[in-house]
Amino acid sequence: MAKKAPSTLLNMLLSLTAIALVAAAALAALNGATAEPIAKAQQAKVESAISAVLPSFARIEDKTVDGCVCHVAYNEADECVGAAIEAGNDKGFGGHLQLMVGFDTNGVVYGYKILETHETPGLGAKADLWFQKDGKGSIIGKDPASANLTVSKDGGEVDAITGSTITSRAFLTVISDAANTFQHLNI
Amino acid sequence: MKAVDIIRNGLVKENPTWVLILGMCPTLATTTSAVNGMSMGLATTFVLMMSNIVISLLKSVIPDKVRIPAFIVVIASFVTIVEMVMKAYLPSLYDSLGLFISLIVVNCIVLGRAEAFASKNNAWHSCLDGIFMGLGFTWALTLVGIVRELLGTGCIFGHSIIGGADGMLLFILPPGGFLVLGLLMAAVNRLR
Repeated sequence: MAKKAPSTLLNMLLSLTAIALVAAAALAALNGATAEPIAKAQQAKVESAISAVLPSFARIEDKTVDGCVCHVAYNEADECVGAAIEAGNDKGFGGHLQLMVGFDTNGVVYGYKILETHETPGLGAKADLWFQKDGKGSIIGKDPASANLTVSKDGGEVDAITGSTITSRAFLTVISDAANTFQHLNI
Repeated sequence: MKAVDIIRNGLVKENPTWVLILGMCPTLATTTSAVNGMSMGLATTFVLMMSNIVISLLKSVIPDKVRIPAFIVVIASFVTIVEMVMKAYLPSLYDSLGLFISLIVVNCIVLGRAEAFASKNNAWHSCLDGIFMGLGFTWALTLVGIVRELLGTGCIFGHSIIGGADGMLLFILPPGGFLVLGLLMAAVNRLR
């Protein structure tokens, strides 16, 4: 085996500096190379969420209302078909809950998709299907302005996820916040 | 030392999970499904292999007193590489493993092999050691993941095995992780 470099101050400084410089250079180069694919992947995630929660559309116009990003959708005839709103809060059981909520032009919930969740697997995490059209607590096709979209325990008309009332409350709060933002959009 | 010994050490005799009992944090946290366990194992394998090679090549120019910081810089660089590449090309996998990818830096298996093996052996043997220690970790995590996913959701790798059942939620949650890991460890060590 080769003789080890002795632990003199100069040796230690030189070897650590050299290793750190090479590592920094390599990471900087890779960061530059992956910046574009990472941005594209995030863009694709947002786009797929938008098309999952809205009727078919031809183009999207982004606006910011009440601090929320809104994606207003138009069809080929340039008529507005609805809007997808990114909304979230920190009231989930596991922390932040971020949704993409789609409304048609009448303000009726067309669809939703969970963008970020930290809910318990098997309990709160069921929110991705529970409130969908075939789910037990469906909110699709309901108008938050006229229907009382809170859990039945709070006097509302939505069945909470079994064992996950906190998640359900946080989820429905996001929906009604998104509905308020939609009203302010004025479309 | 013969290559075949290194391979046997990594996979069975000194398996990082079942025998050395290193890296328990990712083992318990990421094995909620077979895919997650396997991906975590493979990411760790890549880091182990690359850091073992580099550390083995640099062992004669790194003075003893600063070897630990030097190893950590090398390991952290490879972990960051894995993280950026995964974020760019496998975003959904990155979402489900998230934080635990960056935590490979402090996985004791990686630093343990750097200190115990790569700093004393040549690059070829260190590379082999990295690969097979990593694969030993991978098969252990995949096995735990398969058992937990099957009992917890009735699926394996996302394919339904037990139809119609909701599964036993306990096995997806942390207590189930401890139970499965303990029982599998007992079984593997009996058979070994």
